[in-house]
Amino acid sequence: MYVAVKGGEKAIDNAHALLAEERRGDVGVPELTLDQIKQQMGLAVDRVMGEGSLYDPDLAALAIKQAQGDLVEAVFLLRAFRTTLPRLAVTTPVDTAAMTVRRRISATFKDLPGGQVLGPTYDYTHRLLDFALAAGAPAPPAPEGDPAVMADAMPRVTDILAYQDLIEPEAGDTDGEGKVADLTREPLAFPAGRDLRLQNLARADEGFLLALGYSTQRGYGRSHPFAGEIRMGEVAVEIVPEELGFAIEIGDITVTECQMINQFAGSATEPPQFTRGYGLMFGRSERKAMSMALVDRSLRARELGEEIEAPAQDEEFVLYHSDNVEAQGFVQHLKLPHYVDFQSELVLVRALRREAAARRSEAAE
Amino acid sequence: MTQARTMTDGGYNFAYLDEQTKRMIRRAILKAVAIPGHQVPFGSREMPLPYGWGTGGIQVTASIIGLADVLKVIDQGADDTTNAVSIRRFFARTAGVATTQATEAATIIQTRHRIPETVLKDDQIIVYQVPIPEPLRWLEPREAETRKMHGLADYGVMHVKLYEDIATYGHIETSYDYPVLVNGRYLTAPSPIPKFDNPKMHEMAALQLFGAGREKRIYAIPPYTRVESLDFEDHPFAAQTWDARCAICGAGDSFLDEVITDDHGGSMFVCSDTDHCGRRVADGHRGDGE
Repeated sequence: MYVAVKGGEKAIDNAHALLAEERRGDVGVPELTLDQIKQQMGLAVDRVMGEGSLYDPDLAALAIKQAQGDLVEAVFLLRAFRTTLPRLAVTTPVDTAAMTVRRRISATFKDLPGGQVLGPTYDYTHRLLDFALAAGAPAPPAPEGDPAVMADAMPRVTDILAYQDLIEPEAGDTDGEGKVADLTREPLAFPAGRDLRLQNLARADEGFLLALGYSTQRGYGRSHPFAGEIRMGEVAVEIVPEELGFAIEIGDITVTECQMINQFAGSATEPPQFTRGYGLMFGRSERKAMSMALVDRSLRARELGEEIEAPAQDEEFVLYHSDNVEAQGFVQHLKLPHYVDFQSELVLVRALRREAAARRSEAAE
Repeated sequence: MTQARTMTDGGYNFAYLDEQTKRMIRRAILKAVAIPGHQVPFGSREMPLPYGWGTGGIQVTASIIGLADVLKVIDQGADDTTNAVSIRRFFARTAGVATTQATEAATIIQTRHRIPETVLKDDQIIVYQVPIPEPLRWLEPREAETRKMHGLADYGVMHVKLYEDIATYGHIETSYDYPVLVNGRYLTAPSPIPKFDNPKMHEMAALQLFGAGREKRIYAIPPYTRVESLDFEDHPFAAQTWDARCAICGAGDSFLDEVITDDHGGSMFVCSDTDHCGRRVADGHRGDGE
């Protein structure tokens, strides 16, 4: 007889037990430690921190372990933790010009003050599987380098261009109140300011931004981008406690910044200047920082008086669909039961078919 | 640095959300009640359950629930579907409130896709989980546009859609999430309840609250408010009907789910509202299937 979906309680408990078992895998294999994840899967940790919008490598590593390496699930875990945290202070803007640089490249100038610094990059590796790694390679030799070079000042390429007035000025504080939008406290509203858009893009799914950025390079909202500068390293985070009235440093974080330089014809009132696209990510997240900069520039179409015709220029399309926690939830909710709605459709389809059959037999008579 | 990380159940505030967030949500609810059917944007929080699982409804429930409340959670009309079990557990765990499956014993009923068959009373609140709060979304994808349309009560496009359905199929081809006009003013999505349940919304004694977490909107229908399903004079609104009765309790006036019994077309019909069905059985009613 009718058993259907009774026993939901027991089913959930069992599902969780099975999940825990799957997650652990063969108990004969040593369990992963959070230190191992943090040290040896650092790029995954960085991605989870970025999209989870919480800078905490320990918690990100825990989320990755708990999610069996499913990074979108790990992002979700981190976000659900973050949402419970109190806001103690708002930091002052980080100064990326004062970054302790580990990588800094420019595609627009062969050489520049501070030089080109490749740093740890996959860019020029040959993507050949390294079977030595599978066997458990000994510790790699220490890189050679001249630390003195790195100590040089590294002005940002965009600042060099700005000095010559060749690029539009930095947008700065648009509302003049020093207030920055926060979509985790206020729902999205349109038209969205650039601060809100950048926040959304920083939290956005990397794959989504990558595809959108790519689409702008293939004619869907072309923006003639140059990678003016990409830099990665540590920046100081400062807050100004009310009782002190001056800034104190509360720690360092690793960030990747990408400044795209885009073409822009001048207008009757404005001489021709390059325009900017900006990307900033927690950790070493260069692919996403670049994608973010491309999409940021595309989303500025309205403010720059460009025609909005491509998906990457459409702020409602981009901002509403960029969040993978929202997207994965709504896509996967389709596996929740829908039998009431489906039953309603069945009743309707059957009625329509009955009527169609009646019409056919009438016509046949 | 690592102190807040080993949060246990005891480490969370009553009903998970912090009090400031609850206050913000309650303000949105008050505004929603004051403007029946109007979607009020709110600072929806990330919840430990996924979007699409009822995060809007959970936030609304979390903001209005107190220690004295008795909570009922249903999904597809049933208390024992896995998602209903999971949400009920969430509140049992984070708020420690009493829960029930009996509709008339509940003070708050959180629901996905159904309104209970038992008539709700004026000391009850029904909280709907809403995936897409905008009834015009399928006709106009842009929020900036649909807000304008609501502002101007410009709902012609919906009437044209319903008319085109009739012209094409001879019927309005919407069987759930069937649009309603609330208090003669706002076009409102009843959430994907079957249109069978639409008439229950009209002048309902209970307060109806709607939460859409991912879309960050709250709306409400105060008690005893006019709720009309859109229709035409010559094509009046009609709810679904079944030729069958419930195989378990014999009910002929409840929403019936079809249960497939074999792989050559065999099926039977049972009440979607498990509480309603169980009570009828307890009262001595029987269907053909028992």
